[in-house]
Amino acid sequence: MKKRDVLVVDDEAAVADAARKVCSAEGLVTDTAQSAAAGLALLDRNSYRLIVSDIMMAGTDGFGLLIQVSARGLLTPVVMVTGFATVQNAVRSMLSGAIDFIPKPFTADELLAVVRRGLKYETLRCEAAAKGASASAMFVPYPRLYRRLGHVSWAVPERDGSVRVGVCDPFLKTAGPVQGIDLLAAGSDVVQGSRCAAVLGSDGLTYSLLSPLSGRVLDVNAGAVPALVGKDPYEQGWLYKVLPTEPGPELEQLTICKFDIL
Amino acid sequence: MKKIGLRLTFAVIVTALITKGVFAFFSIRAERDSLLAEVERHADQLSETVKLDTEYDMMLNHRDRIRESITRIGTQPGIQRIRVMNKGGSIIYSSEASEVGKTVDKKAESCYKCHSAANPLERLEKKERSRVFRPRPESPRLLGIINPIYNAPSCATAACHEHPRSQVVLGVLDVTLSLAEIDRAIRRGQVRIIIFAGVAVLALSLIVGVLVRRWVDVPVKALLKATQEVAGGNLGYVIGSRGDDELWTLAASFNVMTQKLAEARMQLFQSDKLASLGRLAAGVAHEINNPLTAVLTYSSFLAKRSQGSPETTEDLNVIVRETIRCREIVKSLLDFARQSVPRKAETGVNEIIDRAVAVAVNQLNLNHVQLVKELDRALPKAVLDANQLQQVFINLIVNAADAIGPGGGVITLSSRSLTLSAAGTVQIKKAVCPKRHSLIDEQVRIGGKPAVCLKAVQEGREALVYVDPMYGVRTHRHGLPGAGAAKTQFSCPQCQSPLDAQGRACPDCGGAVYSFEVPGKGMLDGCANRDCGWQRWAEVDSVGPRLFIEVKVRDTGCGIPKERIPLLFEPFSSTKGQQGTGLGLAVTWGIVDNHDGTITVESSEGAGATFTVRLPAKP
Repeated sequence: MKKRDVLVVDDEAAVADAARKVCSAEGLVTDTAQSAAAGLALLDRNSYRLIVSDIMMAGTDGFGLLIQVSARGLLTPVVMVTGFATVQNAVRSMLSGAIDFIPKPFTADELLAVVRRGLKYETLRCEAAAKGASASAMFVPYPRLYRRLGHVSWAVPERDGSVRVGVCDPFLKTAGPVQGIDLLAAGSDVVQGSRCAAVLGSDGLTYSLLSPLSGRVLDVNAGAVPALVGKDPYEQGWLYKVLPTEPGPELEQLTICKFDIL
Repeated sequence: MKKIGLRLTFAVIVTALITKGVFAFFSIRAERDSLLAEVERHADQLSETVKLDTEYDMMLNHRDRIRESITRIGTQPGIQRIRVMNKGGSIIYSSEASEVGKTVDKKAESCYKCHSAANPLERLEKKERSRVFRPRPESPRLLGIINPIYNAPSCATAACHEHPRSQVVLGVLDVTLSLAEIDRAIRRGQVRIIIFAGVAVLALSLIVGVLVRRWVDVPVKALLKATQEVAGGNLGYVIGSRGDDELWTLAASFNVMTQKLAEARMQLFQSDKLASLGRLAAGVAHEINNPLTAVLTYSSFLAKRSQGSPETTEDLNVIVRETIRCREIVKSLLDFARQSVPRKAETGVNEIIDRAVAVAVNQLNLNHVQLVKELDRALPKAVLDANQLQQVFINLIVNAADAIGPGGGVITLSSRSLTLSAAGTVQIKKAVCPKRHSLIDEQVRIGGKPAVCLKAVQEGREALVYVDPMYGVRTHRHGLPGAGAAKTQFSCPQCQSPLDAQGRACPDCGGAVYSFEVPGKGMLDGCANRDCGWQRWAEVDSVGPRLFIEVKVRDTGCGIPKERIPLLFEPFSSTKGQQGTGLGLAVTWGIVDNHDGTITVESSEGAGATFTVRLPAKP
């Protein structure tokens, strides 16, 4: 089994090639496959540190690939890509176990950001495994009854009907060291599964944070500076207070933080 | 005989013919019988007269005098023959001298009545004494009456001793009258009755024909033509009503039905178009996003790697920037297709206009458009979705700039607040019966909005009445021509619960008043009279005039042809060809409608256009 870095699965050859070029330029050993079946064949032959997969493909689609990957007992992180960027696709990707979701079309830097974060995630997981510890031990544990979108963002309903929204520690740790956080202004609208904030990494890349739910930003945490957010991402380091559009169904879709297992 | 009118007329004529025929038959027979009875009576009287006249002479056996008498009487007109026969059948006297002395056969018609039995009868009723016969087939009918001459005591004791006492009947007086005159009278009567019956049937047929044509043929023909038109796809065909009978009511209902059908088809067509657009946008997004990804990834990748050559980097960055713009366009197309729910908040309309202008300014500069803002800075706030409203104003400004074209012109944006009465500005969006059935009929639209549907019953006839959903606007639609008259009753079309206003009458015209509940907004009363349409909605009226914000976008462009104005807010009615998506004004209309506002347009070809948006201000 050969050790490789990234597997890009996309039925559009031009997209797969472009992605490979961007990754190869970073010194990453990258393979491409133009179908889920071809991708799985490569996964059987080589070991990858990250999979970047398109959702809409002929035959087995991206979600099918995700199921096949976990069925093979692989813990390789998966980033979902799609040209059909709907809220449903984004949320379903995260619920299905993808670590991030990036809508097409993307710039080289946007792709690089999710790839770097995915690789960092894998590195941390491997380090923890080497120490014989679970990966969750490396992150700030989720408070009980918070709801999260993958390991990207979290939401918790407040008494007044608003919802507090923040960034998950695994996202910060994999994007970090964090240089700055770009937040929206109060009054802006956020949509579940779409970008609601940008985390600036020290590598100069911008990491997009997907919103856990839709609504209007009522309040922005002025104290949400990288140092505070990094230290206390779930209490003091919240980002927004949001007036949710559809609190019921959207919160239902999120994962309840019961166990801190990654 | 395919025409129902013809069949009806034919049936009436046949019935009239039969009844008239039977009537004529019986009346002819009655007339004939009564004439004959009269002649019979006359003959009998004559016979008795002859008998009395000759009785004395017979007693005295004055045979010459008797002969003379009988011959003279026999010459009277109408009297065919008078003769006297003895018991043996010998003719003793006769008005025809040649007959005298001859013997009549007992089988002859004058003898047969008495001599048919073994023993001759001695007494006969008058009816049986008379007979009608025709001596030869070509001769006129004759009526003969026999009068037996009985043996009287004076006869037996007379000096001549002619007749023994035991004899009962001495002989017979036989009078025969000609029926020629009577038969002519009967024939005249027959002809008269037949002519009368014929004329009556003819007149009846004419009257029935004309009425059937007017009451049945004309409306049936109109309905037939309408059904053929509708079957041929012309749903805009309207039957001109010319009455209020059942067939014309049917025609009116037919009109309502086709109108409903046309609206339903339009709705279906529109939603179908929007659904197709959604599918199209999703498909396009996926298809375009793949090539865009390659372009964007490669160009951004190259831009990053070409740090050594500032000029190349700059050019590549243009590609990156423009591709990102494409990405935003595709995204907004998807957002359009999804038609998000408005997220309303208290906002200043002028600020939204300013933001819209900032977005559209590039296009305005391109077209050499001068933009004039006449904004009322003291405008009240309104509760609305700023992003959606911004979209509305951008659409209107861009449309105005397109209408002006590259030649340049002026766009004037003005805002002001105004107060408008509730009539014509408040829409009845919900209406229920006492059992909570919705009265809103999505299929029937008046002024583009779903109407309120009530059932009206008037003198046993029922029909639907569609109330204009804009409060105070009186373009109601009626299926029943007389609906609204004092005796009309209203009910829920679903459960028949009454919707009458407890006997209250319209204060304007005295007509019947319907009453239904608008959930959360009290009761609404109204008059269904076609010419009145009075309404009262206490809860809305009590608020009084409402504050509105009016924004006008006026341009000096090419204007809109009159015939295009009704289609303007329809999806895909754009005339911009490849420039537009054909959705701009449809989306605009949808957004304004979602905000309980109205959008109207005034324009004439070549003289620019003015779009007026009215939005409810925060009270």
